[in-house]
Amino acid sequence: MSATPSLAPILSIDGARKAFGGLVAVNDVSFDVREGELVGLIGPNGSGKTTMLNLISGALRPTSGTISLAGARISGRPAHAIARQGVARTFQLVRILPSMTALENVMAGAVFGHARTWGDDARHVAVALLDRVGLAGRGDAMTGAMTYIDHKRLELARALASNPRLLLLDEWLAGLNPSELKLGIELIRELRADGRTIIMVEHVMDAIRSLCDRCVVMSSGVKIADGDVADVLTRPEVVSAYLGDDDA
Amino acid sequence: MMEILITGIVLGGTYALIAVGLTLQYGVARIMNLANGENLVFACFGAFWLWSTLAINPVLGVIFIAPVAFVLNWLIYVYALRPLVNRARNRGQLEVDSILATFGLMFIAQGVMLLGFGGGYYNYNFLSEPITILGANYGLNRIVALGAAAFIAAALYLFLNHTRYGTAIRAVAVDPTAAGLVAIDVPRASAFAFALGGALTAASGALLSTFYTFNASMGTLFTMKALIIVIMGGVGDVRGAVIAALLLGITETAVASLIDPGLTLAATYALFILVLLFRPQGIFGRHPA
Amino acid sequence: MTPLLATVTRKEARIALFGAAALAVAATLPLFDTGFYLSLALNVAMYVVLCTAWTLFSGPTHYISLASAAFFGIGTYSVALGIDTLPFPLLVAVGFVASAALAGLVGIATLRLSGVYFVIFTLGLAELVRQVVTWAQTNFTHGVGLYVFTDFTETHIYWMLLALAAIVYVTGWLVNRSRLGFALRIIGNDETVARHVGIDTARAKVLLFMISGGFIGIVGACLAPRFAYVEPPSAFNPMISFQVVIMALLGGTGRLWAPLLGVIPFTILFDQVSAYFPNHTSLVIGIAFMAVVYLLPRGVIGFVDDMRRLKKRFRIVLVEDEGALGKERAS
Repeated sequence: MSATPSLAPILSIDGARKAFGGLVAVNDVSFDVREGELVGLIGPNGSGKTTMLNLISGALRPTSGTISLAGARISGRPAHAIARQGVARTFQLVRILPSMTALENVMAGAVFGHARTWGDDARHVAVALLDRVGLAGRGDAMTGAMTYIDHKRLELARALASNPRLLLLDEWLAGLNPSELKLGIELIRELRADGRTIIMVEHVMDAIRSLCDRCVVMSSGVKIADGDVADVLTRPEVVSAYLGDDDA
Repeated sequence: MMEILITGIVLGGTYALIAVGLTLQYGVARIMNLANGENLVFACFGAFWLWSTLAINPVLGVIFIAPVAFVLNWLIYVYALRPLVNRARNRGQLEVDSILATFGLMFIAQGVMLLGFGGGYYNYNFLSEPITILGANYGLNRIVALGAAAFIAAALYLFLNHTRYGTAIRAVAVDPTAAGLVAIDVPRASAFAFALGGALTAASGALLSTFYTFNASMGTLFTMKALIIVIMGGVGDVRGAVIAALLLGITETAVASLIDPGLTLAATYALFILVLLFRPQGIFGRHPA
Repeated sequence: MTPLLATVTRKEARIALFGAAALAVAATLPLFDTGFYLSLALNVAMYVVLCTAWTLFSGPTHYISLASAAFFGIGTYSVALGIDTLPFPLLVAVGFVASAALAGLVGIATLRLSGVYFVIFTLGLAELVRQVVTWAQTNFTHGVGLYVFTDFTETHIYWMLLALAAIVYVTGWLVNRSRLGFALRIIGNDETVARHVGIDTARAKVLLFMISGGFIGIVGACLAPRFAYVEPPSAFNPMISFQVVIMALLGGTGRLWAPLLGVIPFTILFDQVSAYFPNHTSLVIGIAFMAVVYLLPRGVIGFVDDMRRLKKRFRIVLVEDEGALGKERAS
């Protein structure tokens, strides 16, 4: 038993590895995420961030290593089982259920995920969350008629609807214009204030600086830094991973 | 045992050409062509007609039949199937559309052949004298057909792996978008692969007709077996299709001669189920990412 | 399967009332004719149940099942094999269970994979079962034919099918408002999302395929007395599978009752073609497939919906134009 239970990791990744044939996309990465933490997962393109997220959510099965949620092993289990354990996510390329209304999109998360509500309960959860992400009163709207940021909001609401223990955001802020970005950052800040545990893969550095407690940096599949945001971003190995070596 | 092996390889050799034809159509042109077996049946009747009216040797007949099938399949792709490729919003929709459209083609082709030739069974005598290999007798026509099939398969292999256009076609099979970016004319390569697939299937039909009793509605069964072979070998994998075809030919022959000829399809399905359960990416396929 | 809303909406009540009335009217048909029209109506009723059961699974999932003939044949055989020893209703139940079990096996083998694998597997399924049944009969029993002697007339079979239609509709309605139905709509939209919101997609698909296959088995069981003499080629007729697909798609799969719009015209047309141009049936089916793909991709119901929407939009445009005109005049 840990002396300070609030600091016990909700997610532990231990030596996670994913190889596609000869290409090692995630190379023995380990880190922990504590309850209530907002961790930024950053790195240059192709560094394995999204693959790492896919390993956690069960979209991909790790080649080796273990991933546990609150002490229970989730690596190797199918995505739906991991979702029920309490991991919810958004996708790099937004995935909306096109033939369903906004409300039904959000209810999908409430009905089948970690929370598993049904009927009016699910409906209430969905309505409240639409309100929360700024889509109040739009429940009956068909998703085809919505804008890009509305789709992003909807996807976030769907992920939140299961009341997840861990929320994975895959470049949720990408593609937003400056004013939308401000709204988006504000929204994530509120989630953090609620005590949600979040891992966000992000390229928008301002968002990482202003939101995250901590960040993990990956490069070519390897974790190269882990720690306080301001400190990590000035480390020479991180700078050279982003900008290339001086002699390159 | 040797007899089963050789008869199985002959049967597998014809399956191989159909399956390679199908794997080109599905792997490159992205069309699951459920009417492919009708190419084979058309070719059977074509070879029969050439032999019985013009006395043209069916093995040489391939030289006439394959180009006709090539042109026919090119036209079908361009006018019937490309519109579906263009309108499809995703791969799943194209799959459903092409399955339904090629079912339509299948029934229409069967209907036309039924009207033309009736529902009866046909066969003809070509090189039906015995030849002795390792102490057992085989029809000479079967051995000639196998030789011709092997020749065609080898030519195809050389074309795909050692020519510029063949490489382009393989590139489209791997990634159509990336192939387009390196200035490969993807729509044309797709049409070419579809037509080539049809021509290969027709060639196998012409060869098959020399030793097999055929009728207007047997195409579906061949399509199904070819599909199963394609999946066993790994979609788009020519070498895998050939090996899977031989494996299926031998298995069917073994079941037919050792257990019961009425259970060949059951043998096919048994193999299919094993592949689906344990190696859905194909016997030689890599694990999907 | 707790319902999404415990209440029945007014619209649903109206549809139920209308449906019950239509069924009642249809049930009186044998009072007027027990010859050609009853026979035709029996075919229609049979395909209504088959296509609706098919749509139950294939509508939301977009998997094209060609297994109908296999399930149908298993139902027929369940009755034919046991009619001398067991009561008919029990045999119908056996038909349901056996078909559902086969559907479960097929589903487990193929539904984890993409739709193509499923189509291919089901394409030869009826033929496979036919081969196995023939083989088993020739090796372990005396001959392949079986006689089915019952007191059922076409009228009785027709009524059974109408009752079955009612049951399938109610089941479909219940499934649609259940968790399972909601899960399948999500799967049909985006399977990746479905998995990540916590749906065991394979299980949901297999379950629904079993329900759908089971009902198709019941139809086969009910039809067995009509055959009187059952042989593998007639019980496992692969054309049934294709006709079910084409009629259901012709009607449309978006709504539970939409297949009706395909079944009624196509059954009548096909009946006429088989009677007067028996050599042209393949051509007709082929052309119907092409027509569905190129002209009516969402079936008759989709066409009707489009027309309605167009009319509505036209009306809105008209109103707007008048408004604009009014403004111009005012200024």
